Amino acid sequence: MSAPTAVTGEAGQEEPLTRFEALIAQGGTIEPRDWMPDGYRRMLIRQIAQHAHSEIIGMQPEGAWLTRAPSLHRKSVLIAKVQDEAGHGLYLYSAAETLGVDRADLLDALHLGRQRASATFNHPALTWADTGAIAWLTDGAAVINQAPLCRTSYGPYARAMRRVCQEEAFHVRQGYDLMRALCEGTPEQKAMAQDAVDRWWLPAVALMFGPPDTEAGGADARTAALGAAVSRRAMAWGIKRHTNDELRQRFVDQCVPQAERLGLTLPDPAIRWNEERGHYDFTPIDWDTYRTALGDDTHWARRRIDHRRTAHEDGAWVREAATAYAAREEAGASADASGPAVPRQAQEERA
Amino acid sequence: MNRDEGAPASWEVFLRARRGLAHQHVGSVRAAGPDAALAVARDLYTRRGDPLSLWVVRSDAVHAVSPDERDPYFAGTHGKPYRYPEHFPPLTEEGSEGDHDQ
Repeated sequence: MSAPTAVTGEAGQEEPLTRFEALIAQGGTIEPRDWMPDGYRRMLIRQIAQHAHSEIIGMQPEGAWLTRAPSLHRKSVLIAKVQDEAGHGLYLYSAAETLGVDRADLLDALHLGRQRASATFNHPALTWADTGAIAWLTDGAAVINQAPLCRTSYGPYARAMRRVCQEEAFHVRQGYDLMRALCEGTPEQKAMAQDAVDRWWLPAVALMFGPPDTEAGGADARTAALGAAVSRRAMAWGIKRHTNDELRQRFVDQCVPQAERLGLTLPDPAIRWNEERGHYDFTPIDWDTYRTALGDDTHWARRRIDHRRTAHEDGAWVREAATAYAAREEAGASADASGPAVPRQAQEERA
Repeated sequence: MNRDEGAPASWEVFLRARRGLAHQHVGSVRAAGPDAALAVARDLYTRRGDPLSLWVVRSDAVHAVSPDERDPYFAGTHGKPYRYPEHFPPLTEEGSEGDHDQ
């Protein structure tokens, strides 16, 4: 082990902003009690909250199939997967709280429409094959998005993302395995798989990566310019590591051979290997049209939030009971003068 | 926000992920009391692997050094190269390879 070196100059001499920027430039990690610019904090809160909301809203389309899984094995797998999504939401709310927000307020913001979840999940899962297509395509897109976030500049977010990424690989593999089983099954099963891919391809390729942020033609030029400005800021702060469009291309490049192995067709006639670029070409997303079609006021967008809010309200009695129980235990513990209120187990395990 | 009344308390979670490791901070949960916090922490942080033990500690029970005090507080780490073995010549000509304490 060698002697640690100070971040910059004389300890205690530099301005907080200088210290922050030096840390970012060195690829260092910003921790909760460090000074940070307001804009950095706001961007993180917004991104982590949106991410957390997407994880818990994303439980719904697959969760709807838990009672109808075709075998006990597939059902166990799907329960584990949906439970993981809840867990990912909670890792992220925990990370967001280190920035000085309260997770109850974030949930209120989701319920009241002040903050959003990814519009990806404002689509219904119409058949069993949708659970496979969601896991293969949208979780596959999530892995590509999230792998660089394991190195994001904010420590608690990066650590939460490392936990998420470790679990996400299972999600993609089980989804692909489910699709493979259908593709090797009856013609009806294979048609069901193709139908699900037809419906989930565009949500995955468009919505999981966000608006264009490099270049786009026509009506989307302004969106792309705006997106580019946001992405530049996020990359300067080390929150993001790649542009949306770069990650989107990586996703398409990965999916095309995977679909070929299944014998499925991705619903984009423009998909073709481009020798010159070394990437697959694909149809640019007509973002303006797509976003209008997917406003917050669609049937499925409302339904996702209503379902979430109802579950929260129906669970109020559990929270009240837990509070009453905790209050009674605490009263009992302080009334008991014979010893400290440390559980025996904790005493035995002290390191 | 007047949430303090009804919102469940925040608890920091420490996990001994496997034998031979110290408990490590893994994140936080919200729960009304210690029993509920342990239950939530188990569901959240021990879905895989071979976890051995969990601690939960109320977040407001953690006392920390404020970043403003950091430099004077941790000043003892600076300017003391003699606290490292590299500051001294190795015991033999083979360098640190030959040190009996290596």
